[in-house]
Amino acid sequence: MTRTLLTGNAAAAWGARLASVDYVPAFPITPQTEIIETLAAWLDRDEMPGRLVMLESEHSMITAAGAAATSGVRVFTATSSQGLLYGMEMVYTVAGWRAPFVMVNVSRGLASPLTLEPDHTDIMAARDSGFLQIHCASCQEVLDSVLIAYRLAEDHRVRLPVIVNLDGFYLSFTREPVEIPEADAVSRFLPPFDAESTRFSASAPTSQAVAVLSGTPYSYFRYECHLAAQNAITVYDEAAAVFASVFGRHHEAVEAYRSEDADIVFVMIGSFATKAREAVDRLREAGQAVGLVRPRLLRPYPAEQLLRLLAGKRGVAVIDQNLSMGMGGVLHTELSAALYGKPGAPAVLLSFIGGLGGRDITPEEFYEIAAVTRQAAEDGVVPPPRLLYSRDEHREVTKLQAIAHTERNELESKP
Amino acid sequence: MNESRFKRMKDLPSTHLLGSGTPMCSGCGGLEALHEIYDILGPKTVFVNAAGCMTLLAVYPFTPFRGSWLYTAMASAPAGAQGIRDALDILIEQQRLPVEEDLEVVVLTGDGAAYGMGLSSTSGAMERDLNFLYICYDNEGYGNTGQQFSGATPHAARTATSKGPHGFAGFKKDLFSIWAAHKPSYVATVIGAEPLDLARKIEKAMQLKGPRLIIALAPCPTGWDYDPRESADIGKLAVSTGVWPLKEYVDGRVVHTKVPKQRQPVEDYLEKQGRFAHLFEPQRNEQLLQELQNSIDSYWAEIEH
Repeated sequence: MTRTLLTGNAAAAWGARLASVDYVPAFPITPQTEIIETLAAWLDRDEMPGRLVMLESEHSMITAAGAAATSGVRVFTATSSQGLLYGMEMVYTVAGWRAPFVMVNVSRGLASPLTLEPDHTDIMAARDSGFLQIHCASCQEVLDSVLIAYRLAEDHRVRLPVIVNLDGFYLSFTREPVEIPEADAVSRFLPPFDAESTRFSASAPTSQAVAVLSGTPYSYFRYECHLAAQNAITVYDEAAAVFASVFGRHHEAVEAYRSEDADIVFVMIGSFATKAREAVDRLREAGQAVGLVRPRLLRPYPAEQLLRLLAGKRGVAVIDQNLSMGMGGVLHTELSAALYGKPGAPAVLLSFIGGLGGRDITPEEFYEIAAVTRQAAEDGVVPPPRLLYSRDEHREVTKLQAIAHTERNELESKP
Repeated sequence: MNESRFKRMKDLPSTHLLGSGTPMCSGCGGLEALHEIYDILGPKTVFVNAAGCMTLLAVYPFTPFRGSWLYTAMASAPAGAQGIRDALDILIEQQRLPVEEDLEVVVLTGDGAAYGMGLSSTSGAMERDLNFLYICYDNEGYGNTGQQFSGATPHAARTATSKGPHGFAGFKKDLFSIWAAHKPSYVATVIGAEPLDLARKIEKAMQLKGPRLIIALAPCPTGWDYDPRESADIGKLAVSTGVWPLKEYVDGRVVHTKVPKQRQPVEDYLEKQGRFAHLFEPQRNEQLLQELQNSIDSYWAEIEH
C-alpha cells in the first residue's frame, strides 16, 4: 500500500477507477473538471476500461447517467454548483427511478453573485431529492467514500443514487497524501454490480419510470423511496465496518472528535470541519472541554447517532456553510428537529453561519463561538443566529463600494 | 438501399402491436402515426419519452407497448436514449448481454419538446452520432396542457394563448431543416394519413445506423378544433394542399417523396379546423388567406423549379 499526493479531484477519479465503472457521462464545470479530465486521460490511454461521453449539459448528463444505471451498468459522474442546479430536475427524477449510481459534487457557492469558491448551499438544494449524501473532509475520505457509495447505492435494501460531496478548492485542488487501495482489496469490498431486474432487454420488456394518476400510487412510490433511504443508515454502518476490516480505515456515519467528555460541541460538515478540529485542540490546551461532531452521512440523516453523541452536552454550536434565505442554517434546523423533545437533548443549540463563498472561518471565531455557546448554556438563553463577518471585512466591502462610486462619478462628470 | 417491401397498401402489416384503450383523445393523429410506426418497428424497442400527451400511454401499471419504456423529462429524452444505447453497447461488448437481446432505442416526444425545450439535447445526440430513432408527433402546440402555441404552431392559428383576430403571430419553425443541418443519417416527415409513405420511411430508417429523426404531423381534434372522425381527411388535406410536404433527407440530399400534382387551395385544409375559423368568420380575411397560400406556393415553387 503506497501513499501518493493527490488532489481531492484526483482522489474522486481514483475512486471511480477502482470501482471499475463502466460508464462516465460528463460535463465540465469548475472546480470539478479535473475529475473528468483525469478519467478521460486514463480511458484514452486504456489504463482503465469503460466509456466516457461528453453531454451538452448537466441536465442531459444526469439523464444519461440515470438511464444507463437503469440499463444495468455501473455509472459515475461529477458536477458542481450551477451544474447541479441546472440538472436538478433530473436529480429528483433519477432518484425516483431508483437508479443506483454515484455522482461526486464539488461544492461551490451559488449565484448570485457568481462565484467559484465553496460553500454548501448547492448540495443542500439536493437534500430532499432521494440521492443519499456523504460529505468528505479529506482527500482520502473522497476516494474511500466513492467506494462505500457504490456499495450503498447498489445494495438491494437501498437502490438509490449517492452524492459524494467535497469542497471546491479546499479539497478539490489541495494535495494530500492518499493511500490508493489495491484492486484486489477493492474487489473484496465491492462486488460487481448486480442490476437484478433493473435493465432493458428484448426478451424481458420493462416499463420504467411510468406516470401515475393519483396520490395513492404516487405516495406509495415516494414512501418506498424514503424507506429505502432510511435503510441506508444500517447499510452504511455495515459497509463502513467491512471497509474498516478490509482497508483499516474507519469512516463512521458520524465522526466524533474529543466530544465524549466535552461540554461544548461544534457540529460541522465538510473540509472546514478540519478547522474546527484544530480549534478544538487549541481550546483543549487552554483547558476547555470542547469537541467536534461531524456527520459524514447527511442523507439518510443519522439522527440517532447524533442524539447519542450530543446527549447531555451543555451547549452545541452548529456552524452552517449554507444559508436558507429567511430561515438560516439548514444543519441547525435539521439538528433542532432531530433533538427536540428527546431525553438528554442539549439545553442550548446555537446557530452560526460562516464560510460562505470560500470565506475563511478563523481560529478566533471558533474560540468566540465556544465562548458564546458556553455563556448561552450558563444563562439558559439562546442568542439569535449569528452571521460571521468581521469589521475588517465590512470595511473592505465599503471600500469597494467607494471605488465603484468614485469611478461612476468620474465617468459622469466627463463631458 | 434494399427495395421496399411496402409496395402497396396491402403490404402493410395487418396485425397491430400497440395495445388499445389508451387515454389519448379519439381521433388522435399522433396515436394513428404511432400505431403505424410501431407495427413496422416491432417490440424489440425501448421508447424513451419526454413530457407530452403520449406520456400518458404508460400509466402505472399499464402499457400498450409490447417492448420497453422509460419516461425521462421534457428536455432530455435524447440524453436518456444516449444512456441506454451506451449501456446496451457496453453490456454487449462485455458479453453480459447477448446480441439478440439488443434493442432499437426510440425517442418519442411531442413538438413542445422537439421544437423547443429538447432541441439542445437532440442537437447533442446528433453531434455525438448517437444510434437512435427520434419520433416527434407534431400537433403544432402544447397539446397536453390545452394547446398553447409552441415553436411548431403555424402562422395565424388560434391557440389557447393566441385568441386574437389574427391568431398566432409567429411562424412554424423549420425543424426538418434544423435537424438536417446536423447531417444525421436520416430525417423524414410523415403523416398517419399516408401509411404507405410512412411505412417505407420507417423501414428505411431501420436499415440505417446513427441519428434518424422523423416528424409526424399529428392532426389533433381537441387542439385544432374539429370532429375526431375528420382526422384522416385533414391529414390527407395537409398533404394535398402542400401544407405538410412529405420528404426525406438522406446522404446530404432532400427528396420529396410525394409531390401533390395539383395542389388543392390551402383554404380546403384551413376551413375544416376551428383554429382557423377566424379566417372565414365573421368575414373572410382575404389578406391573411392569401398570405398563407403564398407561403405554400413559394415553398413548392422552389421544389418544382
